[in-house]
Amino acid sequence: MRTPISYFLLMSVLLFTIGTVGVLVRKNALVIFMSVELQLNAVNLALVAFSRQHGNLTGQVLAFFSMVVAAAEVVVGLAIIVSLYRKRRSANVDDASLLRG
Amino acid sequence: MLSVLGQVSGGPAVAHGKLLFRPIGPELILVGVALAVMLLDAGYPERHHATLALLSLAGLAAAAAYSLSLWSWTGPTTVLGGMVAADRFTVFFRLVILGVAALAVLLSYQYLERADEVRGEYYPLLLFATAGMTLITAAADLIVVFLALEVLSLSLYLLTGFSFRRLASAEASMKYFLLGAFSSAFFLYGIALAYGATGTTNLAGIAHGLTGQVGPLSLALAASGLLAVGFGFKVAAVPFHMWAPDAYQGAPTCVTAFMSAGTKVAAFAAFLRVFDVAFSPLIWDWKPFVWILAALTMVVGSVLAIAQSDVKRMLAYSSVAHAGFILVGVTAASHAGIQAAMFYLAVYPAMILGAFGVVMVVSGRGERGLTLSSYAGLARRSPLVAAVLALLLLSLAGIPPTAGFIAKVAVFTAAIQSGHWPLALVGVLASVVAAFFYLRVIVLMYMQEPVIAGGQREAETGFDAEPGAVGSLGFVAIAVPALLTLIFGVFPGILFGVLKSASIIRF
Amino acid sequence: MTTGYVPILILAAMAGAFAVLSLAASALLRPKHPLPAKSAPYECGIEPIRLPQSERFPVKFYVVAMLFIIFDIETIFLFPWAVAFRSLGLFGLVEMIVFIGLVFVAYVYVWQKGGLEWEKPEQARRELSARFVPLPPSVERSPGDRITREPAAVESGAG
Repeated sequence: MRTPISYFLLMSVLLFTIGTVGVLVRKNALVIFMSVELQLNAVNLALVAFSRQHGNLTGQVLAFFSMVVAAAEVVVGLAIIVSLYRKRRSANVDDASLLRG
Repeated sequence: MLSVLGQVSGGPAVAHGKLLFRPIGPELILVGVALAVMLLDAGYPERHHATLALLSLAGLAAAAAYSLSLWSWTGPTTVLGGMVAADRFTVFFRLVILGVAALAVLLSYQYLERADEVRGEYYPLLLFATAGMTLITAAADLIVVFLALEVLSLSLYLLTGFSFRRLASAEASMKYFLLGAFSSAFFLYGIALAYGATGTTNLAGIAHGLTGQVGPLSLALAASGLLAVGFGFKVAAVPFHMWAPDAYQGAPTCVTAFMSAGTKVAAFAAFLRVFDVAFSPLIWDWKPFVWILAALTMVVGSVLAIAQSDVKRMLAYSSVAHAGFILVGVTAASHAGIQAAMFYLAVYPAMILGAFGVVMVVSGRGERGLTLSSYAGLARRSPLVAAVLALLLLSLAGIPPTAGFIAKVAVFTAAIQSGHWPLALVGVLASVVAAFFYLRVIVLMYMQEPVIAGGQREAETGFDAEPGAVGSLGFVAIAVPALLTLIFGVFPGILFGVLKSASIIRF
Repeated sequence: MTTGYVPILILAAMAGAFAVLSLAASALLRPKHPLPAKSAPYECGIEPIRLPQSERFPVKFYVVAMLFIIFDIETIFLFPWAVAFRSLGLFGLVEMIVFIGLVFVAYVYVWQKGGLEWEKPEQARRELSARFVPLPPSVERSPGDRITREPAAVESGAG
């Protein structure tokens, strides 16, 4: 029996929501970043599910691209977070309070 | 890669000989030059700042010339398997973005020299960001929109944190990055749902799929909402604007000038193409959302700008407010609306880039003298710079005879024609509020004495009254935008004549 | 028109409820025996707390990890090409050569910038020579322990 597409979608929405909540409530820049990665993976799940539903490969191709983009984001993001951490000795976003107004 | 994608994704079977790379020529030039600059810097690490800047300028000029030649493109409207559009809309925005980038290179050269931040990675990053911006204006497929958006965003995150020794820059970069990545996730989810609703990521295919659909449109509606959130982040529309003031304030001023102008143009070009065309079958569903977004953005941006005492932060909020005015044109969603938004997007970059350019020139070396009070009596110390800033601020405020006035009139007229007169009213009121803080700076410059005694003033602002301190490159980079706002303010017909054919979006 | 929104709302409500419920359930049901080790955010990686300013931060690992991720993930594009290798033919080959050429440019850049060196040559030489200075007489020595001193002793010994 084929698993209905709605199961995958529900799973994907749940993962995406957990990621969104994670971004909004967590304070550590690295954890926030991990939550964003969770969101991107939720999208990949949805893309692959839709790809199967529609029977074309666009979704899977887009999932490839989103994985590569996610990797590029990891690299850029880690570089930024590490360089700030070296200066400030903290990865807590609440400590980043120099810019206010 | 794009062409392989066209093959794999089951697009129309294109014979290999028929792949037309010409319409993405400008991007290929930009990326090629960026790689060349990168390798040049890696291979010859000694200081040769001028060479790198000149090479980048040459690349931008070549890309602009190539774009111009695409104005008379008579081939198919989309190429590379329906991935990239080749219309005059794209040519128009490409030229605007390339102009912004060229002026940004001039500003950057001076900034990096004076702040002693010369590192070879700067120009490749700037060129990659420019390539992303120009590619997004040509994107006829959501995959390309996403990739171009990421190319420009990732480069800009790094440019924002380019002076990483300065804590504010590193901090701005982290905030921009976290919120930008967050918004990218929303954007990508929107793409996934649009694909789920229609079975394609091609914009023409989406428009076609939505027109024929009779069943429930939940997926497509959610998709348009998520895409609007993603674009809202990129153009800094309220309530998705939180990153903008921090990123604009912390970034090196030349980067602020570049991204405040370039990102907005690029993101709005894609916004227009995706919403006013691909999602036009759902126009009555997304319109209320964008309507509210526009109204909130104009009001909140203008009101919050009043409370700022830092010039860069004030201009950042003003750029948020301007995103709202452009959104009015998007909301109108008519041909006149698109035309008005495009006019706005041609003159707004000139105004904001020029204004940040003046801020950079006035702060001298690095990031000094950014408080409003350091602008007191600027007219006496440096009349020319003060006059340029005054002209740009008048244009930002939308006071005739500047281009800012024409742009505002155009978007409000388009909104009224489409029956959105309450939105136009909100816009006019917001402009009145906004005029206050622009005029306050002009009053400071012309009618007040410098607050600090003579000897300390120079140390405080880092800027002395001698004309040589402005720097000829910096002066060119602020005088050109000021002239443009004046020219397009007095003779708006020049631009509208071009827009007549450029505002037709085809794919 | 409005009926289209109902499934979205239901889905959003379900997703939100799931997130809230699962967090609440785990908070209520789990045993609570907090220990310092358990309260630490990670079992590995950086501690997200303030460290003394003098603490050194080995950034080399991050650089290697970043380079690994970025070059590793590029191979993703080789897989679809491998699947469609025959049908794409010479054209696909040329495209992939261009792609790998671009990755190679990045590699050359990293190489030239010294991103692949664990430590810079002159730095290595300096550290090496610092390790092999004669030990002060007060330190007991046995054969072969010339490089086993505490870092502090190196500083005072090397002068």
